[in-house]
Amino acid sequence: MTYLWGGMIFLGVIYGTLTGNLQAVTDAAVSSSKEAVTLCISMAGVTAMWTGVMKIAENAGLVEQLSGKMRPVLRFLFPRLNPNSKACKYISLNFLSNCLGLGWAATPAGLKAMKELEKTEEERYRIRAPERKELSGKRQGVYGLAASNEMCTFLIINVSSLQLLPMNLIAYRSQYGSVNPAFIAAPAFLATLVSTGAAVFFCKIMDKRRQGNL
Amino acid sequence: MSILTFISNLMIPILLFYIIGYGLLSRRDIYRDFLDGAADGLKTAVGICPALIGLMTAVGILRASGFLELLTRLLGNITEFLGIPGEILPLSVVRLFSSSAATGLLLDIFKESGTDSAAGLMGALILGSTESVFYCMSVYFSSVKVKKIRYTLAGALFASVAGAAAAVCIVHAIL
Repeated sequence: MTYLWGGMIFLGVIYGTLTGNLQAVTDAAVSSSKEAVTLCISMAGVTAMWTGVMKIAENAGLVEQLSGKMRPVLRFLFPRLNPNSKACKYISLNFLSNCLGLGWAATPAGLKAMKELEKTEEERYRIRAPERKELSGKRQGVYGLAASNEMCTFLIINVSSLQLLPMNLIAYRSQYGSVNPAFIAAPAFLATLVSTGAAVFFCKIMDKRRQGNL
Repeated sequence: MSILTFISNLMIPILLFYIIGYGLLSRRDIYRDFLDGAADGLKTAVGICPALIGLMTAVGILRASGFLELLTRLLGNITEFLGIPGEILPLSVVRLFSSSAATGLLLDIFKESGTDSAAGLMGALILGSTESVFYCMSVYFSSVKVKKIRYTLAGALFASVAGAAAAVCIVHAIL
């Protein structure tokens, strides 16, 4: 991030000097920062409204109730995990929070899920270790150094963007004068479906290949 | 097109209705819950403000220097025959590293070409259907002792490319 940001400003100033746009660069630096604050303030209303509504959903137990319904999905994605395990609980919590756009709830649950998956993987190695010395050598001797299939699947699906309703995009669109800001909702749902579908497809293929090797 | 608009316009009211209804049935003090959440939301909004200032300034400087235009023109020559405006490729790449930087670029596209232009819609959809892959992976993997990430990156990039491709196709279908 440091390099990305630094690089952008660096490039802008150098290129601006070369093309003689320095005056414009100065103006942009001043006006953009002003604009960012204006945007923040006007965005705050929508953000607060939406997080308020989502808090109701969370406190009313909607998220928990839905995560119960995630079981078949989890069993399909993580066939080797015990559906009653803590790992599964955290994974479904993370996926659901992502779907609802509750980023702040998704990350802590996701981190716990990773920890649980790590424990599961360590147990697997402890069980296998005696007769699988050669494999542990290839994996740098200690268990848990290579990501398990479950970790890969979890992360790939996590970053395939599960968010069903991009409230922030709707807010940005309304701020910049869109005729119908909410129009983006259905196409965004479709695009998310495709990216998540691709993620699931990829993970399933990798899972199959791994099982073939074992 | 009209069906999509119809569904889009329906999504928020239905969600509101469902969640408020569910909350009322659960017999909680949902107004207080709402206020709690809204307070959190305000904090979030204020929390992202510094990042937004930093990145919008950087994007503004890049735009004013003429560099963004140059990049867009160069890339536009390459991607145009695929029906992709030149702004989209840099946006997709930045998206993999940082959500807020990508937001800065998207807002720039909104300003330059309009929210409902091909580039504006594509950009919004790409941001909606992908994640900051590198950022997320570093957060999650650094929480455990994993050194080898195996096929995670490949899968994540595959999903992101699929999402971006879907965004391009959808925009072409509805415009």
